Amino acid sequence: MVTTTPDATAAIAVNRFGLGKRASEPFPAEPRRWLLDQIAEYEPHPSAFTQLQTTPEIATNYADDRQKLQALAGDERIALQQELNKAARLLYRSEIEARGLNALQTPTPFMEALVHFWSNHFAVSADNPPMLSLAGAFEREAIRPHITGHFTDLLFAVEQHPAMLIYLDQIRSAGPDSPLAARAKRRNADKLPGINENLAREIMELHTVGVGSGYTQKDVTEFALALTGWSAGRMGGKADTNEAGVFQYRPGLHQPGDRLIRHRVYGATGEDQAGAVLKDLASDPATAKHIATKLCRHFISDTPPHAVVNRVSKAFLASDGNLPTVYEALVQAPQAWTSQSSKIKTPWEWLVSAMRGLDYPDLGKANFANLLDQLGQPVWLPRSPAGYDDIAASWLAPDALVRRVEVSQRLAAKADRSLKPQELADNLLGNALTDTTATEINRAESIQTGVALLLVSPDFQRR
Amino acid sequence: MTNRRNFLRLAAIGAGSMLVAPRIVFANVATDRRFVFIIQRGAADGLNIVVPYADPAYAQLRGSLAIQTSDAIKLDGTFALHPSLTGMGTLYSNRQALFVHAVASPYRERSHFDGQNVLETGGTSPYQIRDGWLNRLVTLLPKSADKAIAFAPTIPAALRGSADVTSYAPSNLPEAPDDLLLRVAQLYDRDQQFHPVWSAAMEARGFFKDMETRQNPAAAGRTAAEALARIDGPRIAMIETSGWDTHSGQENRLASQLKALDTMIDAMRDGLGDVWQQTTVLVATEFGRTAAANGTGGTDHGTATTALILGGAVKGGRILTDWPGLAPNALYENRDLKPTMDLDVLIAALAAETFGLEPERTMKTLFPSRPFDRSLQGLINT
Repeated sequence: MVTTTPDATAAIAVNRFGLGKRASEPFPAEPRRWLLDQIAEYEPHPSAFTQLQTTPEIATNYADDRQKLQALAGDERIALQQELNKAARLLYRSEIEARGLNALQTPTPFMEALVHFWSNHFAVSADNPPMLSLAGAFEREAIRPHITGHFTDLLFAVEQHPAMLIYLDQIRSAGPDSPLAARAKRRNADKLPGINENLAREIMELHTVGVGSGYTQKDVTEFALALTGWSAGRMGGKADTNEAGVFQYRPGLHQPGDRLIRHRVYGATGEDQAGAVLKDLASDPATAKHIATKLCRHFISDTPPHAVVNRVSKAFLASDGNLPTVYEALVQAPQAWTSQSSKIKTPWEWLVSAMRGLDYPDLGKANFANLLDQLGQPVWLPRSPAGYDDIAASWLAPDALVRRVEVSQRLAAKADRSLKPQELADNLLGNALTDTTATEINRAESIQTGVALLLVSPDFQRR
Repeated sequence: MTNRRNFLRLAAIGAGSMLVAPRIVFANVATDRRFVFIIQRGAADGLNIVVPYADPAYAQLRGSLAIQTSDAIKLDGTFALHPSLTGMGTLYSNRQALFVHAVASPYRERSHFDGQNVLETGGTSPYQIRDGWLNRLVTLLPKSADKAIAFAPTIPAALRGSADVTSYAPSNLPEAPDDLLLRVAQLYDRDQQFHPVWSAAMEARGFFKDMETRQNPAAAGRTAAEALARIDGPRIAMIETSGWDTHSGQENRLASQLKALDTMIDAMRDGLGDVWQQTTVLVATEFGRTAAANGTGGTDHGTATTALILGGAVKGGRILTDWPGLAPNALYENRDLKPTMDLDVLIAALAAETFGLEPERTMKTLFPSRPFDRSLQGLINT
């Protein structure tokens, strides 16, 4: 294991922008080039995911199962329900393991870090059986294929994905004057269909322009009316087994008429009405600023300097949201290459980087999903459409730190006994290895302790 | 800083930090004899385990770390046993304990990793030999059809090699060992972000109170005994202990380390029943610690130390040493107990006598580049 002393930028490229160095891979000779070349090399459908089902397949199975369930009663029903819940958890788990495996094996770790970033930006949460089943597919289908295109396309893919439509209660949202509502009124139905503002609100607040960008509650309501009709085949209840898991525009739910949203009138009632709003939101300067801030916060610092946010934001606007241009602006920003690492890794980032550092060829016997639960960041389970926090204060907490020590010990116990912890520390951290950490690793009384100390060292927990 | 000082002081008072997750590795061979190698990772302080109380330099070198003669278990006119080792004291009285002093492997530097590598592989320098002497010992014994058992997440270096050895460890997440927690505290000490969080964590966990209950050396001893006592069970076992690297707070840390070791040996003896009469247990460490105490209530990395040999098969009740003394001119490099006996030869002699093997051939197999000393014999009832 011979390592050359890399210049500081190589360690930054690999550990700050990527998923952490693999012991067996050398530091890149041209760090910026290495990052930017990944945009073209990125594989949206890597082999780790080939065995997984598509959303229509998952949703159809789910809908079929629900129908079987409804035909049963009593103990039989309970038994099948338990079986189905178990199956949903297994599916969820296999999605997590595929994501983990890919994170260990990917030749384009910067791009994968961006997948994880966007997936958290457009968060769904596996809070119930349908979302448990769809969360992984959502990332594979709505996020992965679109992170090297235009932001608008990514946004459309996300907002029209059944997982997002189901998660944010869009699929049944109906205008008060929609054909469906009119029929219900004629029938004197007890409960009239109505709109659900959830998706409209989160698109504005979380996905695009951001909170505080000047939109009003009226804008949210109008946008929600424009969005009526955006739906997907139902998975449960009266399931649409033929269309489950497919985006659908349902004219019967749509609220007729023009909409006034953020001082603009949107005519052309129908499916494209919400699409026109979405396009405007995607290219809004507030969106550019919001996305630039989050990207800089993710890759540079919890409180990124204004100059770098402006730079990335400008690139976003000038390129009409061309994401490779945005990534390049980030990578070329001098502020991104300060030797002082200030980001604390999230549990996901930390565990993935630890396993890469120990050169895991695959997940092996590591109970990957459970480890992430124990570390406090189960995959796709932020329990909020805002996603997981991206600042140190949320992750560097007493109990969380103890858990990292415990997991380090477990990983170290399984580590190769011929490892030399000092060499591994040099290998993984390069110039970012501090004297304190080097000294404590040297003092360790066993290889296992040395490896555990390396993994929990402040140097390794920062990126 | 106050927090950390308190932390370390408390740690010194309450620490019981030895056998954390029991890691026991077994190899299986066809013989009635049992051989158990307990490694003390971290460089155990032999001078405070088998205490040379009659050596005039001892009390002066150790200062407040010196074991008081009144507390210690007197062995003979020169040596006494650390007061935590009551079980071993009884074994000594029953002639089932043989204490070896001023012993060292050929390794003369002071790195734990390298020192353990030499101790476990049987080479003359670190990483010179790939497999371990304990594994090579298995190859000298009649082959058994039974599958080997193991209780460790991975195979330690001493047991690695061509002979069939497997390992087993409980799969639940182990509690981080207290020694590791102390090291983490040191690691974070100067980091303004990590230090306060870690201090809060240790406080919140009531770390020191439940520390002792989490560790169960008796269970480790019983687990080993259960496997070794079986007629078709393994004949060779290795147990890893850690936490011996007492640079600070040594008095209490070493006391609880030794208490845990003593408890484990007791439990093993109880669990083995009659099989104890067929058993040889060797307790050894990679190197010793400085003759003098350091400025932080501990000792630093040294050279020669003790090896403890226990078991019903042992010709015990005596101390085996060519005592070099602790006078300034007698110390190795003016700081450490000088090695006067070769640990490799001791191990080869023990292994040969335990299993009735030819001593020279045993030496050649276990420690290929080291000279044998035929005069070292009569350690085990054959």
